[in-house]
Amino acid sequence: MQFFGGSDISPLPPPPTASGNNAHMMYVFNKNGVCLLYREWNRSLRTLNAQQDHKLMFGLLFSLKSLTAKMDPTSVEKGNLGVPQLTGQGCSFHSFRTNTYKLSFMESPSGIKIILVTHPRTGDLRESLKYIYNLYVEYVVKNPLYSPGMPIRSELFNMTLDQYVRGLG
Amino acid sequence: MAAIYSLYIINKSGGLIFYKDYGSAGRMDTNDSLRLASLWHSMHAISQQLSPTLGCSGIELLEADTFDLHCFQSLTGTKFFVVCEPGTQHMEGLLKVIYELYTDYVLKNPFYEMEMPIRCELFDINLSQAVQKDRVALLGR
Repeated sequence: MQFFGGSDISPLPPPPTASGNNAHMMYVFNKNGVCLLYREWNRSLRTLNAQQDHKLMFGLLFSLKSLTAKMDPTSVEKGNLGVPQLTGQGCSFHSFRTNTYKLSFMESPSGIKIILVTHPRTGDLRESLKYIYNLYVEYVVKNPLYSPGMPIRSELFNMTLDQYVRGLG
Repeated sequence: MAAIYSLYIINKSGGLIFYKDYGSAGRMDTNDSLRLASLWHSMHAISQQLSPTLGCSGIELLEADTFDLHCFQSLTGTKFFVVCEPGTQHMEGLLKVIYELYTDYVLKNPFYEMEMPIRCELFDINLSQAVQKDRVALLGR
């Protein structure tokens, strides 16, 4: 996955394909599993409390990455199952779909994981997730008052994010 | 171009009862396939817990960089999943066909013990035919 191809840092957002609120929730984790951001727009069912929910989500993604790396049918040399994968090493998944939701996942080279949960008929959100990562870089990382590893508390970031997600197909 | 790499069938407790490889690079020994099957069973269950709405029945499609994984769960909890090339069409249809073969040649076999590994010759034969037919339909030869 090419992150820094091209000279512009923040490309134009992919054109919105539908109006209305299509996303259910969003998570941002850093590489240690700390939940930096959790946004909820449309969630009718909460089976666990927030802490457990974040841990479960991170655990699920960690295990799924381990599974895809091992199950990769095109690689000859596969590591052992359960060994933590370095960022970018081994085959990684970018989305999964159930009958009630679709989860899109992206991991940056620095281990920042962005997860977007939408309705099941959503298309490929990889470009959108890259755009959201660029928003994170612009509004959060470049903020001199923000220290990495801390939960994100930027009103501007939240606002821009809400606006962008509202327009996703 | 479109082809399946492997097929797994797991019982309702997550144990692997059938595994067939159709051409992945690299070997996967028995222990690894058992572990992967159990891992998938757990991930399938956890994904239901994280659903934002009621009525989630687990992962149906997982899209990765180099493969797609389609999963079908029967009403009794038996899961059939195939690893195939990204973008392969009609995998749900193939999984339903495999499920039918399973009910005909495995479940109706009086010597088959429930939840045990599948060792039914007719199932293997018909499965190869179904996969081959699928391959022919997709590849056009």
